[in-house]
Amino acid sequence: MDQLNFDIDFEMKDVAAVGRGLLDSIAGITEVPDGAFNIRADGRSIGRAQTKAVEIVTKKDKPGIDIFIKPGTTGEKVYIPVILTEPGLQDLVYNDFYIGEASTVEIIAGCGIHNDGCGESRHDGIHTFHVEKNAHVKYVERHYGEGGGEGTNVMNPTTVVNLGKNAYMEMETTQIKGVDSTERVTRGVLEDGAQLVVNEKIMTHGVQYATTDFVVEMNGDGSSANVVSRSVAKDNSRQQFTADLRGNARCHGHSECDAIIMDNAVVSSLPQITANSVDAELIHEAAIGKIAGEQLEKLMSLGLTEAEAEAKIIDGFLK
Amino acid sequence: MLKLVDIEFSANTETGRKDILKGINLEIGDGFTVVTGPNGGGKSSLAKVISGLYKPTAGRIYLNGRDVTDMSITERAEAGISYAFQQPVRFKGLTVKDLITISAGKDISVSEACEYLSSVGLCARDYIDREVNASLSGGELKRIEIATVLARGTDFAVFDEPEAGIDLWSFHSLIKVFERMREKTSGAIMIISHQERILDIADRIVVISDGRVEREGTKAEVLPGLMYDRACPRLDGVNE
Ligand SMILES: Nc1ncnc2c1ncn2[C@@H]1O[C@H](COP(=O)(O)OP(=O)(O)O)[C@@H](O)[C@H]1O
Ligand SMILES: [Mg+2]
Repeated sequence: MDQLNFDIDFEMKDVAAVGRGLLDSIAGITEVPDGAFNIRADGRSIGRAQTKAVEIVTKKDKPGIDIFIKPGTTGEKVYIPVILTEPGLQDLVYNDFYIGEASTVEIIAGCGIHNDGCGESRHDGIHTFHVEKNAHVKYVERHYGEGGGEGTNVMNPTTVVNLGKNAYMEMETTQIKGVDSTERVTRGVLEDGAQLVVNEKIMTHGVQYATTDFVVEMNGDGSSANVVSRSVAKDNSRQQFTADLRGNARCHGHSECDAIIMDNAVVSSLPQITANSVDAELIHEAAIGKIAGEQLEKLMSLGLTEAEAEAKIIDGFLK
Repeated sequence: MLKLVDIEFSANTETGRKDILKGINLEIGDGFTVVTGPNGGGKSSLAKVISGLYKPTAGRIYLNGRDVTDMSITERAEAGISYAFQQPVRFKGLTVKDLITISAGKDISVSEACEYLSSVGLCARDYIDREVNASLSGGELKRIEIATVLARGTDFAVFDEPEAGIDLWSFHSLIKVFERMREKTSGAIMIISHQERILDIADRIVVISDGRVEREGTKAEVLPGLMYDRACPRLDGVNE
């Protein structure tokens, strides 16, 4: 990593304990990050640093930032976490990522909300990726909510991915706790040889609601998309999974939605595949079911209680 | 020692209530007891009754004099009973190391976990981080299943057709595992098997047929008759 150039000075002690907890939970940040970063707290940047290879510019026309990764860059990390600790805040942000040709970069995003109030705290993040040819992106996004109030935590992430020739992007998105309502939207457009890999993990509790919706257009020959979603729905929560993989050229598409349902939860899964080319090869798999009795029996026969066995199975499934 | 008194087990099937175990009286002491008999005779059901997966409809089970009949699966595991399933279970997301660690009941090093795998003929390093999912073959799963019971190291262990799905080459090393176990352990080991080589290392042999103990005794008493008996259809050859 190149040296950090601070635009907005930042030290961990600038963040209150609650915020520090959130940063750790969503992005593993316990000290000043080891890469370019922009930390957004309660609707504004509280810290920003760039490197020679990574430029971060505030948008002029709307809230958000543009992030430029220089062509040919390798081994850079960029941290762009968002935290909300002011109850009832509604935060909307547009981030655009311009990933230069043949660069390799890891982007660590995520949103944490601490809501002790009684209103709705909400973050809508619209992330658009312009990935140039031969570039390689890993995008990690964790969503987490907490707080003792009656208020609800809402997160609606939209991710738009444009992959140039032979570009590769891997998305790892996780929502494990405390998000009352989420509508995730992911759109992908793939040119020749581009590859998109998505691993999504969602767990819902209480009366939480989560929807996730993927549409991937495989326009280029040799392109491929692999969308894997694993989820656990507990209590009275509801989940809906929708995916449409559209093969418009010689391409491979695979989507898999695998859900564990518990208690009184409701899960629905609508996998769709559309072939607009005779050379498109598309597969979808969807499964919903409770934890298999024999899995519990096996772990109990190894000495775990039923509750411990259940926790192990879920932890493993969402790992 | 495990003592079964008047054990009965029945279950609902598509064709109505079915009596599966019809009054089993059996004492399984230290050393090797091999339980054999025709398919469908009730051997696996007996193993499940012993490990708590099935609740007997009647009868009592005692482990070293203690009545364990009303104990849950977990309590029986803690009391010292372990069971290698005939059909091992797959887990998405749990690795072989995870499963062996759970079995050992404590954090164990990679090399300790590997020892258990090596002893069932798996090249340990190749497997330790694999998920116990559909990517493993039946034979691989079966050996991992046996390793989980070895890792538990309990006083009373049941192995349900350990040879099933294991190729001939690995079968020899499996026999060695059981031979070594026989020398080393002081506890009781019950192996459900049709294999002549396993019957050969038995201290006692029990033949279960149609939910009853058909014959029982030392190897010398039971084995000769068995060799010519239709009751045990697959004495020779390894499955698959
Ligand atoms: N839970 C169950 N419900 C209904 N039938 C069962 C159940 N468990 C076993 N059986 C039946 O009981 C019989 C004995 O089965 P099993 O104990 O597996 O025999 P073995 O292991 O000797 O081949 C079989 O006919 C089997 O289908
Ligand atoms: Mg059986």
